[in-house]
Amino acid sequence: MVVSLYPLGISPEPEILRTIAPGVVWIAALLAALFSLENLFKADFLDGTLEQLALSPHPLPLLAASKVLAHWLISGLPMIVLAPLLALLLTMSPAATAALVMTLALGTPLLSLIGAVGTALTVGLKRGGVLLTLLILPLYIPVLIFATNAVSAAAAGMPISGQLYFLGSLLALAITLAPIAIAAAIRISLS
Amino acid sequence: MWAFFHKLASPKHFYRITGSWIPWLWAVTLLFMIPGLYLGLWVAPPDYQQGDSFRIMYVHVPAAWMSLFIYVFMAVTGGIGLIWNMKMADIMAASSAPVGASFTFLALVTGAIWGKPMWGTWWVWDARLTSELILLFLYLGYIALHSAIDDPRTAARAAAILAIVGSVNIPIIHYSVEWWNTLHQGPTVTRLDKPAIHPSMLWPLLLMAGAFQVYFFTVLLMRARSELLWRERRARWVRELFGNSAGTTVSNTQSNSDKAVT
Repeated sequence: MVVSLYPLGISPEPEILRTIAPGVVWIAALLAALFSLENLFKADFLDGTLEQLALSPHPLPLLAASKVLAHWLISGLPMIVLAPLLALLLTMSPAATAALVMTLALGTPLLSLIGAVGTALTVGLKRGGVLLTLLILPLYIPVLIFATNAVSAAAAGMPISGQLYFLGSLLALAITLAPIAIAAAIRISLS
Repeated sequence: MWAFFHKLASPKHFYRITGSWIPWLWAVTLLFMIPGLYLGLWVAPPDYQQGDSFRIMYVHVPAAWMSLFIYVFMAVTGGIGLIWNMKMADIMAASSAPVGASFTFLALVTGAIWGKPMWGTWWVWDARLTSELILLFLYLGYIALHSAIDDPRTAARAAAILAIVGSVNIPIIHYSVEWWNTLHQGPTVTRLDKPAIHPSMLWPLLLMAGAFQVYFFTVLLMRARSELLWRERRARWVRELFGNSAGTTVSNTQSNSDKAVT
């Protein structure tokens, strides 16, 4: 949806589209993650489910990780599936399309994991939405930079393994540590 | 040694001990800053490429170092407060955030002023500039989150988690100049074997860095002391300190109503 606005808003010229395409798709993915994040814990917080989760005998980081996985399935995965189609619409080259799908596969789980930390911190606040954006966007920027950099490099025919390794290492770090941070943040928000 | 640190962790002793440090810290700050500024602005020779405009470096570089250092300091003290439930660590972390944000802003502004004659533009979307801007947003997010939560304990713990998560960005900012070949010049000082900068320029820079460092601790202690008084305003030692005067009855009723609430 957002992606289709760019050609209308900026210019339908294929040359311009090709240069801005990585950024357009990635910003769309970022916004998709951001808009759906606010509801990640909200309903559970309001009806008390979150407290029950925190009290349950299962480790809270594991439960938090499953919530994040669910979020990624509805916000990140559709983006990966749609990416080749969007790339076609934005006249990207096959190499760039492959790079786009790879960076999205590595990057969107990262967006969900980082975002969930911010959501868990702000879930108890009345107007957490604005604050959430301020907290999360700075943490998203490195992901965005590495990912779009990789796609642009692939479009120019350069190797992209460096950027992919970096995204992969960030993802490994986030998968192992973010659930712990999310669980700690949930406990703080509930106290 | 440990007994001394334990004493510092108690608000009452912290207030008493650090009160006597502050004049000395100011003196040390000036001791570093005056020769640093003198050597930097008058004695150091003009740069063979950049002329006199390189002298803004003596504010810009230490401010940029401090912006990173304070963030790490904030994350570490936040972590200490989170793990060991130390009130003083929370106060330290919360008090350092605005100072860090100011240093980050100072680094960005001096960089822009320097960039206008050198690069011909105020701002470039270059790796180091962008990551320094991200750092500013991280500081602002920390401050906003801290002030959005009413209970100081909860606020400190939530903000500490944010600071620790955000500290992933610190190495990215630090190495951004080496990882991406960008417009911002590479580091010239931190090469241990042979700095790529002449001693006559290096010494004022180190002096200024020392001055900024001591200045940070001075301002930090002053902020922490006033924050401490505010949080402990109903404690007995604060009331004794201020002669048990006017506010006593008010604070008594306040603490009673607080008890009723809890």
